[in-house]
Amino acid sequence: MNAAPSWILDLVALVGRLALNMAAALGRFGLFLAQAVVFMLTPPFKGRQLLSRIHFIGFNSLVIIVLTGAFTGMVLGLQVFITLSRFGSEAFLGPAVALSLIRELGPVLAALMVTGRAGSALTAEIGIMRITEQIDALTVMALNPYRYLVVPSIVAGLITFPLMTAIFDTVGIFGGYLVGVKLLGLSRGTYFGEMTTFVDLGDIATGVWKSLSFGVLVTWVCAYKGFYVGHGAEGVARATTQAVVLSSVLILVWDYFLGSVLQ
Amino acid sequence: MGRSRVEVGVGLFVILGALALGYLSVKLGRVELLGRGGYTVSANFPSVGGLKSGSSVEIAGVEIGRVEKIRLVNDEAEVVLWINDSIKLPDDSIASIKTKGLIGEKYIRVSPGGSDKIIKPNGRIREVEAPVDIEELLSKYIFGKV
Repeated sequence: MNAAPSWILDLVALVGRLALNMAAALGRFGLFLAQAVVFMLTPPFKGRQLLSRIHFIGFNSLVIIVLTGAFTGMVLGLQVFITLSRFGSEAFLGPAVALSLIRELGPVLAALMVTGRAGSALTAEIGIMRITEQIDALTVMALNPYRYLVVPSIVAGLITFPLMTAIFDTVGIFGGYLVGVKLLGLSRGTYFGEMTTFVDLGDIATGVWKSLSFGVLVTWVCAYKGFYVGHGAEGVARATTQAVVLSSVLILVWDYFLGSVLQ
Repeated sequence: MGRSRVEVGVGLFVILGALALGYLSVKLGRVELLGRGGYTVSANFPSVGGLKSGSSVEIAGVEIGRVEKIRLVNDEAEVVLWINDSIKLPDDSIASIKTKGLIGEKYIRVSPGGSDKIIKPNGRIREVEAPVDIEELLSKYIFGKV
């Protein structure tokens, strides 16, 4: 053992410690979801909690979803029209707007907006419950914190994300209609007719699968970060930042993988 | 009061979301809700290059049905067409594969014949016309073998 200088061993030990920490964190992250799924599938279910989560994640995000959806559609209408008119194929504005919204932008942008609005608040709420020992209090009262806090959030994510994405897509398509037809003078029939020809059920299914997986991803990350928060106010602040950053990055990475699998 | 406001909000959200999802899948995804009134007929083509299931079937430019599936039977492409109930096709109708515009998508154009007999459900359109291969046509034109 004495053959190797001690700083080399220190370095090796550091690498080992980092790897172990990372594996432990990943394992805890995975177990968190596994445990939540187990409690999700076994009664008793907390209906009232689920309702208030859907209200919080879904209903309260309606305004921001409609707003961002409308402007995304309008920007798409404008930019795609300008690009297509160079090739003299403005007729394809409808399908271009609809396909990019339904396949990519709707699920991703809706998920990013909801992460910013509801995901951060979810982490902060669960984190503060943790540092003020309310989660321990739940456990003492024999109330399972997973059932009470985590499962309703994840189920609410599963229910609300596809619905919000559909609202985003629909509003966006009409935003594109507003710019393409009312402002730039494309005919109404061309916009919707070509859209109907090119969009099929597979595209819509792709969007729904994406939004379902984002729903789980965002609520999973945000609830996990809140559940295993650090110490004090600073810990909550850090957890909230991490939750938003990690969710957003995972949404984009996962979107690419899912996009290449579901063609 | 607070509780019922939550319920109303959630209800509103779910209804809006379901409407949007329904709009997308019925209007754009062409999901037929109230069972589709129609029948199928088939037609054999030597080549279907570019035709897909879901492509439209038209008479005089009006959509009367859709391509339901395409499969290979005896080295020929058998195309199954779903035709609207209200449309009766005489048994000497001609089915031809056409292109919308110069580079548009393929569709099937049916030219109704004058026969008194009509094609029964699950019957066959015997007269077909294969798509025009623009590339082949161009090369023939260029190399002078029109």
